[in-house]
Amino acid sequence: MKGTNALGEAAVQAGCRCYFGYPITPQNELTEYMAKRMAEVGGVFVQGESETASINMVLGAAASGVRAMTSSSSPGISLKQEGISFIAADELPAVIVNIMRGGPGLGNIAPSQGDYYQATRGGGHGDYRTPVFAPASVQELYDLTMHAFDVADIYRTPVLILGDGMLGQIMEPIVLNKKNKVKLPPKDYVLDGAKGRPSRIIRSLILDTREMEAHNWKLKRKYDLMRKELPLWEEFMTDDAKLVVVAYGTAARIAKGAVKRSRKEGLAVGLLRPMTLWPFPDEAIKSVAKNARLFLVFEMNTGQMVDDVRLVLEDSSKCVFYGRPGGEVPSPMEISRIIGRYWVQKEL
Amino acid sequence: MKKVYAKPKSLKDAPFHYCPGCGHSIIHRLIAEVIDELGIRDKVIGIPPAGCAVLAYNYFDVDMCESAHGRGCAVGTGFKRAQPDKIIFTYQGDGDMAAIGTAETLHAANRGECITSIFVNNAVYGMTGGQMAPTTMLGQKTTTSPMGRRPDVEGYPLMITDIIATLKGAAFVARHSLATPAKILAAKRSIKKAFEVQMAGLGYSLVECLSPCPTNWKVTPVEAFKLLETRMEREFPIGVLKDVTKKPKG
Repeated sequence: MKGTNALGEAAVQAGCRCYFGYPITPQNELTEYMAKRMAEVGGVFVQGESETASINMVLGAAASGVRAMTSSSSPGISLKQEGISFIAADELPAVIVNIMRGGPGLGNIAPSQGDYYQATRGGGHGDYRTPVFAPASVQELYDLTMHAFDVADIYRTPVLILGDGMLGQIMEPIVLNKKNKVKLPPKDYVLDGAKGRPSRIIRSLILDTREMEAHNWKLKRKYDLMRKELPLWEEFMTDDAKLVVVAYGTAARIAKGAVKRSRKEGLAVGLLRPMTLWPFPDEAIKSVAKNARLFLVFEMNTGQMVDDVRLVLEDSSKCVFYGRPGGEVPSPMEISRIIGRYWVQKEL
Repeated sequence: MKKVYAKPKSLKDAPFHYCPGCGHSIIHRLIAEVIDELGIRDKVIGIPPAGCAVLAYNYFDVDMCESAHGRGCAVGTGFKRAQPDKIIFTYQGDGDMAAIGTAETLHAANRGECITSIFVNNAVYGMTGGQMAPTTMLGQKTTTSPMGRRPDVEGYPLMITDIIATLKGAAFVARHSLATPAKILAAKRSIKKAFEVQMAGLGYSLVECLSPCPTNWKVTPVEAFKLLETRMEREFPIGVLKDVTKKPKG
């Protein structure tokens, strides 16, 4: 199955019945898939007049109690930030897909990981965070998308899925796993006409500073809970690794190939792959850091996630970075050469 | 004794925060009366804007969802598509409707979304302190057009309601004024019609209300209501611009 289609089908199977989006490469196949599938399952598909409009349509559908999704690529995600901030403030569930492309500006349509900061630091204005899932295979696009809808409902939060053009385009065999049975909280916020109950308000304007501060702390407590409950990661050959590569998404696929190559050369190398970028798998890094002597962070940008690794390590001498921005996708051989260079340089 | 006049049930028992002589409280009341008369209180979802009327959710006793500045019609689209049996109204000012939210408004109307927009035009940005609006009239002084609006510099007042009336998705479009009790009642009739058109599934409906802003026009309330007739109604002619229910048959 193609990556974008797997993501779309997972949304359908997770019960998503409202999709709003605006065309942008390299994620148009997802929008087109949703146009077809929403019609088949009696859901709602609207091609919005802009990304801004689309995310605000998501807000209306989410406030109606329906599972809703939008998707875009980097420049379009910038336009959605206003709405994402409002959805976070209103504490509404929504799933937002960013199939990243090269940037800044229009950049190009090649695979890139330039939006890590934007995704993991809230993205829009105000003091908020959004959970960010980073799939690295078509199977994970399917599984994590399903999971994302549950997370959105459980914590009443916008959730991001961060991929890139390569993940969206590749085809891999997958298992269409059944939907998880998760106990979801009651949707007592839904606006569906005040029938037999007092009228409800959904708002983000809180003029009273004390009330606003209380709301900010309430959100913070929710984010703390997410930090505890949500981190996901994969470890590959980290048990005896002296050098551990940290990479996510497409970069992690390449890194895995590089680690296998380096192992063949006899180097004790492993891979730690964050599957959630926020919350970041701090504990996993700490645990691996007990044995590892060097972390090599590899990203398809000029260095963003590396900051989070350094924050956890509190010792920047244990962390080095290698990046390929601009849509350049390096080969596993290139990464294993970098591994070899550091192996010698740091006398591992 | 027979009760002939009462506070609408769709309004909460909360005092309005609006300035003396402001039109918002009148328009709130008209909408609430219409909701009561149509018996749709438990089906209505209202979408207030950014601006003076952002706190409308404190006054209407119906489900209310705040919208980002200008996005009312997009949020309304989300609600209506997710819950086609509900009755959605957006409440929007001139900046909301005709500047920052022009695209959302125009495209919702063009899609024929079955929602109703109540557009409050007072030719000035109220809450932010009297800056130029897209509907500020030529020669009108505001804090950001201190020499008066000049066509060669600031352009012309945007006739968004007239533009929307040209769209096939719009089913009912009207412009009214709050200048006199008779005109207020005419506005109410159109607001009712707009909701009825939505309930009949005919398409998008819009009622513009020319409304006084004595505070930012820097005149007394009495003078402001006079200015509605002597200035605003000349710039923005009142009347029903489009009504698909009035189309001749065949």
